[in-house]
Amino acid sequence: MAIFVNENTKVIVQGLTGGQGKFHGLRNRAYGTNVVGGVTPGKGGQDVEGIPVFDSVADAVKATGADASFIAVPPKAAAAAILEAAKAGITFIVCITEGIPAQDEAKVFNTLLRDYPKVRLLGPNCPGIISPGKCNIGITAGEIAELPSAKGPNVGIVSRSGTLTYQALYELKQQGIGVSTCVGIGGDPVPGTSFVDCLAEFQKDPETHAIIMIGEIGGSAEEEAAEFIKANVTKPMSAYIAGVTAPAGKKMGHAGAIVSGGKGTAQGKMDALRAAGVQIGLNPTEAGSLMAEIVKGLK
Amino acid sequence: MDLFEYQGKQYFAKFGIPVSAGGVAVTVDEAVKVAEASQYPVVVKAQVQVGGRGKAGGIKLANNADEVRLHAGNILGMDIKGHVVKRIWVEHASDIDEEYYASFSLDRAAKKHLLMLSAQGGVEIEEVAEKDPDAIVKLHINPVDGLSEKVARQAAVDAKIPAKALDGVAKILVQLYDCFTAGDCDLAEINPLILKPSGEVHALDAKVSLDGNAEYRHPEWAEYSATEELDDREQLAREKGLQYIGLSGTVGIIANGAGLAMSTLDVVNQVGGTAANFLDIGGGANADQMAAALEVINFDKDVKSIFINIFGGITRGEEVAKGIVEAMKRVNLRAPIVIRLDGTNAEEGREILASAGIPESKLMSKPTMLEAARAAVALANGK
Repeated sequence: MAIFVNENTKVIVQGLTGGQGKFHGLRNRAYGTNVVGGVTPGKGGQDVEGIPVFDSVADAVKATGADASFIAVPPKAAAAAILEAAKAGITFIVCITEGIPAQDEAKVFNTLLRDYPKVRLLGPNCPGIISPGKCNIGITAGEIAELPSAKGPNVGIVSRSGTLTYQALYELKQQGIGVSTCVGIGGDPVPGTSFVDCLAEFQKDPETHAIIMIGEIGGSAEEEAAEFIKANVTKPMSAYIAGVTAPAGKKMGHAGAIVSGGKGTAQGKMDALRAAGVQIGLNPTEAGSLMAEIVKGLK
Repeated sequence: MDLFEYQGKQYFAKFGIPVSAGGVAVTVDEAVKVAEASQYPVVVKAQVQVGGRGKAGGIKLANNADEVRLHAGNILGMDIKGHVVKRIWVEHASDIDEEYYASFSLDRAAKKHLLMLSAQGGVEIEEVAEKDPDAIVKLHINPVDGLSEKVARQAAVDAKIPAKALDGVAKILVQLYDCFTAGDCDLAEINPLILKPSGEVHALDAKVSLDGNAEYRHPEWAEYSATEELDDREQLAREKGLQYIGLSGTVGIIANGAGLAMSTLDVVNQVGGTAANFLDIGGGANADQMAAALEVINFDKDVKSIFINIFGGITRGEEVAKGIVEAMKRVNLRAPIVIRLDGTNAEEGREILASAGIPESKLMSKPTMLEAARAAVALANGK
């Protein structure tokens, strides 16, 4: 088991003929992901190293039976690409595009909610998702993710930050701890998939025994996660929140990472998670060592 | 990107929102010229992006040219909470019967637009929220549906806006919502929104924050970025296309990824140091990017040590290391570097750094984030 994606997931890449789409799409295939097609309007009939390219997502779905899409198109085209995938019957969409206007994001999110309630969007502005050994969609370097072990214990990872996610994967690998699924939800203000969505799935997943969560300043997603954890999550957790020293009113690299009006501080998030029984690391390494201790206790 | 009041008003005007006749001035003579054209009495207002201008003496009423001269002279160059006044806005003084509050923003938790409306304007909305929370109407708007004049009017009724102002307020709310959405704002706020004795409703102030991600479809924003208040370091970083925020510490920071960069500031702080900046060099971290980043850090006279924190994912450690060695040849650094290189092929990368012939007094490599932070802070603190 894994969450959201597994060995049966069939993936198309929207933007496969572009620089990012080609680079990461081929890497994903090399990892073992079922990359069954690509979409670039006007380039239908071509192929990228053997992966057939279609003019539209609808064509690609019809020909390949794809159920997931990896979107790597520029910000201008991203909102339309997401809605095109949903309309064509794709049920899991990963959008790595950084720089989509917040107004477009809010509109896309609410359009999906109203017209395509069964579709899950991951991102935008996220590193993607990897279920080690099964499926890797996005920009994660697959080789730094430890395979889950049949006996466990395995850890699920959910994070708002790309590099901190890699760091978490890497530290678990160093300690030989398996990962069930690692989800990067992205650093934008209106992410399609939230911490809560992922925590709910990890809680249900029999292959996940503990969870690491990596948050950052801005918004209230971590506080909502804390509420959810208190009521619903029985699996042990560790967490790290970046941005304790971030000045207020500045967007710290990510569009969503901003403390405004005294809200969205790292301290507030850590306090909320701690109150929900989550062990808090003061740096990413500490969150990793806390998890190693947790896992030792589970063996 | 935050706009000055005068820019916000000009932006509002594009969407039909009524604002006072006035103009911006950078000298006393210009202020007088604008005042003469706007009709006395006028208000002279400091243009700074910080609250509490009025209390600091940055907003004054003037009845004639002499008074404009006096106030403009005092306000230009004034320091308001660390912000030096470079421009003033001069506008015809409005007669005010009542003051309201209206704003649109994105409610990230609800993932919907949020209208906040109150019949108690002219004071900080946080203050109203604390003293009399029921005086603020909060209405979520689904971005897919938008805001109709009918719904806006009902919100105004709910906010206890008096009957004579309802039509005017409802109309401005629809215009302000249009400005917020089509104008790609993170925040569009009018405080106060005033009712004049004539019965007209009118925006007396403007607080607008624009979404930088939407810049590509707003060529008209170029004039706003030109007046953005950046320090010299931030200006240089912008020219080089780097994600940089200037801070006031002594340890220069370069990291790949926004999360890791934030985390690096935190760790430096934890071990007793202070960061001079936030700098996300991005995923690639090649020689060109690294050289540009080092140039910006080197420009900061307060920097006593440089902490490069790179985690290799797809970018491999040896590529990052080669980039650093190459960049160090191009930039003559004043401060020593402490580097933590981890992740994919980190050992090969460290090997390259070690064999590059750079003395340890200039480049030191540490295996973990915490050890690197300690070393960088020790150097910065002169230990």
